[in-house]
Amino acid sequence: MKTVIKQLTEAFGPSGYETEVTGLIKTMVEEYVDEIKTDVLGNLFAIKKGSQDGRTIMFAAHTDEIGIVVTHIDDKGFLRFGNVGGVGISTLVGNRVRFAGGAVGAIYQEKGSWKELTIDKLYIDIGAENKEEALQKVKLGEFGIFHREFEDLGDRLIAKSMDDRVGCAVLIDALKKIRNPKNTLYFVFTSQEEVGLRGARTAAYGLEPDLGIALDVTLTGDMPEARRMEVSLGKGAAIKVKDSSLITHPKVKDLLVNLAEENKIPYQMEVLEAGGTDAGAIHVTKAGVPSGAISIPTRYVHSPSEMVDIRDVKACVDLVVALANKDLTSI
Amino acid sequence: MLLARLTEANGAPGQEGEVRDLIRAEIEPHVHEIKTDALGNLIAIKNPDAQGPKVMLAAHMDEVALMIVGIEGNGFLKFRPIGGVDPRVLVAKSVLVGSKKIPGVIGSKPIHLQKPPERERAFTMQELLIDIGAKNKEEAERLVKLGECAYFTTKYEELGNSKVKAKALDDRVGCALAIRLLQEEVSFPLIVAFTVQEEVGLRGAGVATYQIRPDLALVLEGTTASDVPGTDEHKHATTVGEGPCITVIDRVSIPHPPLVQELFAVASEEGIKVQVRRNTAGGTDAGQIQLSEEGVKVATIAVPCRYIHSPVSVMSKNDYEGAYKLVKSYLKRLQEREASK
Repeated sequence: MKTVIKQLTEAFGPSGYETEVTGLIKTMVEEYVDEIKTDVLGNLFAIKKGSQDGRTIMFAAHTDEIGIVVTHIDDKGFLRFGNVGGVGISTLVGNRVRFAGGAVGAIYQEKGSWKELTIDKLYIDIGAENKEEALQKVKLGEFGIFHREFEDLGDRLIAKSMDDRVGCAVLIDALKKIRNPKNTLYFVFTSQEEVGLRGARTAAYGLEPDLGIALDVTLTGDMPEARRMEVSLGKGAAIKVKDSSLITHPKVKDLLVNLAEENKIPYQMEVLEAGGTDAGAIHVTKAGVPSGAISIPTRYVHSPSEMVDIRDVKACVDLVVALANKDLTSI
Repeated sequence: MLLARLTEANGAPGQEGEVRDLIRAEIEPHVHEIKTDALGNLIAIKNPDAQGPKVMLAAHMDEVALMIVGIEGNGFLKFRPIGGVDPRVLVAKSVLVGSKKIPGVIGSKPIHLQKPPERERAFTMQELLIDIGAKNKEEAERLVKLGECAYFTTKYEELGNSKVKAKALDDRVGCALAIRLLQEEVSFPLIVAFTVQEEVGLRGAGVATYQIRPDLALVLEGTTASDVPGTDEHKHATTVGEGPCITVIDRVSIPHPPLVQELFAVASEEGIKVQVRRNTAGGTDAGQIQLSEEGVKVATIAVPCRYIHSPVSVMSKNDYEGAYKLVKSYLKRLQEREASK
């Protein structure tokens, strides 16, 4: 499973340009599913058919990651850029960027105070000596990602884009473990979550599932002087109560808690004060879809060093597997 | 002249009737079906039963405006912006108010009566009033109804060799492009949505798309150009005169990458100068169109306009013609691809 997380987190996939990630996932899951397809917005659907009396569940994990877009190239070959998704300014100076074509660059700042730092005072140095050389490496309007290797620290792992490749890894591992499920399972690897839950919205519209579950990272409060939050690394799968995009359907929340209890899966309850997931888009689809989220506790979200605990990741897999066979007639 | 007629017509969000009537008259001879939907979108269809991809063009009819929200005892009109308007551009502008097009001016306390601190800052919307020359509330009420809107009186004019000035180029320039493109002969179904209420939240475009169910959509816009003195070059979203711009990302959409690539390829083959829109802010109808039902391929092509959302904006006729040629060439290419199938 660590190998899958490494492969996924080192892949290139800023919002809208997720094809490298979806291509990789396709090769990983193809042999385990009944049907596989993509759509206009770049979602990848991996479908496992259930029994006649089962219901349909949409599991969503997004393939896109935050990144940057080149907005200007000056005569000396330096790039200016805009953000793709919620990029934290404090994580940028000294960080590295990689482009689809392979060019790599360092981000640095103009002179001036840290307090007044804005994105238009930052630039990317790709080692070009002038505009012509820069243009051979990158194009105006090209998307890039924050470049960082995966690190295995034992139970804890650090990588860029754990948000939400670790959610993708949970679904991949779960669908490999599930044989002949009761419910029909739509594993949707969604696009453009970071820029506004866009892929999940069109995917859910087409699927009209009976139940929607997002697999995504959530924040933790277990670091020094951290903002208060009752989620910690290593304490199990986080069952979402609410965030700014969703109030988990009470029956869905109870269902997940009961499943965790019955199967002795470690879990914790999650109240996220700011932030949203694909479940926010899924639950308001058409006439409404009862929805919830299983979250992977993650430190330093939206930085190039997002940290998860493999035991939590495995607990999330177990919960997905348990749900696949659960009788959903009460939902 | 089409662009002059369009920009001199008035159409606040939700009050696009005058613009809609004008467009309807322009396009009726060139389309097979035409309708106005519940929200006020004008939807024109060419070749409804033809084979091939269903192509949608979208341009919004509404413009930012000032809504009358109160009439003072002395006959002055209170107003609030509908859509994004910078209050600093309003002082001492001429306006026309409401369906009767009552002339008025935006008045303020004269400078010699302003206290020193007042001179240091711009007037807020609350401190400005429209003077229609009424002697009291009763007279003003006979001329203007609450909820009607005031519009700038800017006339369309040519500036220099290649530029024009007008109000509401955002997005009457898109409407003008769509009207001209409807006059082209195409083999596939071509549907144009002249949308409402874009400036207050892309409201018309979603419901229009739901009815049209297109295979792909091109949004035609007037977008911000910041190539003005005092702005660093790396902060120029677009440059007037450097060709129409193609969006790669904005606040509400990431246009379909293969479609964007194809537009750049068409521009290159046809020798049309184009530019990348170099800013991630702002939004267009593409944001709603792409999310319709199971998703729609979108791209946005925009004409750079300086000083948008103000009483007067400036664009290049060359960029306007470039945008026309780009979309026309793309549609032709689509047609050839279909024919070779």
